[in-house]
Amino acid sequence: MLGGLNTIIARDLRLSMRRRGDVLNHLVFFVIVVTLFPLGVGPEPALLRTMAPGILWVAALLAAMLSLQRLFAADFADGTLEQMLISAHPLGVIVVGKTIAHWLLSGLPLTLLAPILGLQFDLPQKALGVLTLSLAIGTPVLSLIGGVGAALTLGVRGGGVLLALLVLPLYVPVLIFGTGGVGAVLSGMSPSAHLSLLGACLAISCVVGPLATGAALRLACD
Amino acid sequence: MLEVSGLACERGDVRLFSDLEFVLGEGGLLLVQGPNGSGKTSLLRLVAGLSRPAAGSIRWRGEDIAELREGFARELLFIGHANAVKDELSAEENLAIALELCGRAATPAARAQALERIGLAARARLPARYLSQGQKRRVALARLCLAAEVPLWILDEPFAALDARALEGVVELVDGHLARGGAVILTSHQEVAIAAPVRYAIALGI
Repeated sequence: MLGGLNTIIARDLRLSMRRRGDVLNHLVFFVIVVTLFPLGVGPEPALLRTMAPGILWVAALLAAMLSLQRLFAADFADGTLEQMLISAHPLGVIVVGKTIAHWLLSGLPLTLLAPILGLQFDLPQKALGVLTLSLAIGTPVLSLIGGVGAALTLGVRGGGVLLALLVLPLYVPVLIFGTGGVGAVLSGMSPSAHLSLLGACLAISCVVGPLATGAALRLACD
Repeated sequence: MLEVSGLACERGDVRLFSDLEFVLGEGGLLLVQGPNGSGKTSLLRLVAGLSRPAAGSIRWRGEDIAELREGFARELLFIGHANAVKDELSAEENLAIALELCGRAATPAARAQALERIGLAARARLPARYLSQGQKRRVALARLCLAAEVPLWILDEPFAALDARALEGVVELVDGHLARGGAVILTSHQEVAIAAPVRYAIALGI
């Protein structure tokens, strides 16, 4: 079973390395969107500090969503998805593998970029740490929930917009707890409650996400 | 091995076929024939477990395939219309991944041999985007060389886009599989000379 997981992760990473543009697109999008705000709002440190968690998190949500459409679309188009549905490995393992690969290519780089971009907003060191931690817990949730949306919109015309309409409302709790944690540090409180709730979101989506994604993939190929 | 009874298939509002029955045993070849749109591919996808029948049951060694899932998938090799070949990967890498998905990892030497047998030895390291349609089909079919122990092969138009020599090679592989006691279900618009010990044909849409 672990062999199947490794195969899928290694395959998706290798495919992405052969199409580097696709991976870099949403990271560049993230960097540019976040950078536009300090330029547009002006150099007011107090204002920037209050806005920072929201801007970084919303930009991360949108960047993660941009990369979702590719999650299953190519495999669906060329018939690989059929082979995955009747693979010797359980579909859940394949979905988890693809989700991990998606996170390694979108969530992880976003998490690593965030503290550097946070400097533009004059965030104190402790807030930067919590921001990174909240993204590290929160971005896997984005990949897990996003996978369900990506599977449901497979083969649908105008799937991109529909995907956003499906997935963005489900991202709201992650956004609230993620920004809340950083906000709490900025106002001198402990972020642990927000981070715990974020962890709960991760635990729930770990269980529900792959099951729902698998069921949606079977529907898409029926 | 495979028992199908009372099978019905609907696409949208159209009933493609109903009350379809057949039993496929060791060494059995089932040729599915019929005009375009008569439900050949739908039948193959039903038997492969990719879609659910509107009515009827499909049993593998006495058990429903919907309950067996991976248990059935391990005993099945399905090559559909789509080649499942990634343009970014080479023929060799495509074959390796296709085999691992089937749960039968092969050594690099065995893979090289399979590609040589199917006539792709010289193109094994080239990204698949530089291959022709027929060559991509060969990449997909190369799995047959390494799937001797898989009891059931389901092949949807395996000969499409193949040249005469490659067609002969695939017929040879199918022959060999049937002689070993495997079962094969295939659709084809071409007349092919397969020396099957037991041979059935289903004509759909007539």
